[in-house]
Amino acid sequence: MSNADIVVCPGGPLLIRGDHVIRDEDGAEHATVRPVSAVCRCGKSATKPWCDGTHKLIPEKNRP
Amino acid sequence: MSMTTARARLPKPRGTLSERVFQAAREPAQEARSTGYLDVEPDSADDAAITLWALYELSYRGFEDVDDAAEWDLDLLRVRRRLEADLEAQLRARWPGVPAYDGDGGAAFEEAFFRWVEEFEGPSLSRFVQRQATTEQVLDLLRLKSVYHLKESDPAAFVVPRLEVEARAGLMELQYDEYGGGRPDRLHAGLFARGMAAVGLRPDEGAYVDEAPTLVLEQNNAMSLFGLHRRLRGAAMGHLAAFEATSSLPCRRMAQGMERLGMAAEMIDYYTEHVEADAVHEQLAVRNICAPMIAVDPAVEADIWFGAFTCLDQEARLAGQLLEQWEAA
Repeated sequence: MSNADIVVCPGGPLLIRGDHVIRDEDGAEHATVRPVSAVCRCGKSATKPWCDGTHKLIPEKNRP
Repeated sequence: MSMTTARARLPKPRGTLSERVFQAAREPAQEARSTGYLDVEPDSADDAAITLWALYELSYRGFEDVDDAAEWDLDLLRVRRRLEADLEAQLRARWPGVPAYDGDGGAAFEEAFFRWVEEFEGPSLSRFVQRQATTEQVLDLLRLKSVYHLKESDPAAFVVPRLEVEARAGLMELQYDEYGGGRPDRLHAGLFARGMAAVGLRPDEGAYVDEAPTLVLEQNNAMSLFGLHRRLRGAAMGHLAAFEATSSLPCRRMAQGMERLGMAAEMIDYYTEHVEADAVHEQLAVRNICAPMIAVDPAVEADIWFGAFTCLDQEARLAGQLLEQWEAA
């Protein structure tokens, strides 16, 4: 049984459970708004730092 | 919550069976009830679908013109059982079976599930909306989608007490977000209702059910069938996982299409919310609900795939039907 609060999804986002504030590469801070949030790992999301499912559009070998 | 909506009334009957069942639901004391009055076959798939839809609604918020006790009326339940057995048989007949993949359960299942969803071929309503739909066509689509979106997540909520510990926690975590994290104004069904009002449509449940084609009713009926039968908990969660895993990117296309048409921000917000929410939910549904269900009971896996197939197959058929109508127009 998994009780991890931070989970790496193969080929997809990083799941983080709970309230967090994420600082992006430009220094802007983004607060989580839901019980679990998905953080982009492929770099292609249009709503960074959050995952928007775009990793599915890139070839499998280039996914995180 | 500021959104107050009229309570739904029974829809219009679509044949002999729905006519009789709706009459019986309104007037439970009718003598005719005991003489096989309800034992007629539906005139058509449409008659069957609207009858079953209305009978299922008795387990959600019911109808203003039907007594709450009708939910457990044995005569009505007998009709429901007959219709849902037919529906399940039809859905199972369409299903090609569990897809082959290397390994079993756990991470292998998770990977296979996401790949299967990505490779599922079907026409896309969201691409049409993104690029070329007219405002009228989008409003038509919203009316049909409202039958489900105004009760979004409710069918899956019935499944919570039927799951083992890990999957139960996983489903609650997902549902907590669907139901607004405790804030009524963030409840997804409520966001959709606000969007409906903002684009000039009725926000109350069941407002457009009379114009819903058979397939839309069958989509809703499949979710209720899976949600209301503990035996079908695998199908319910497989359906949920496939629904979430085909939501983020299409919701963004829907939002872009509505922006192109200059439609109301509230409805665009509903779809934008689902881009990020469902990017999380698809991971939770597959990894924290379906995979743990299989770990506890490997026999449930087949129904997870059955439910997932049903979700994508019904949506593909609806998309094909609507695109054909729109492209002919």
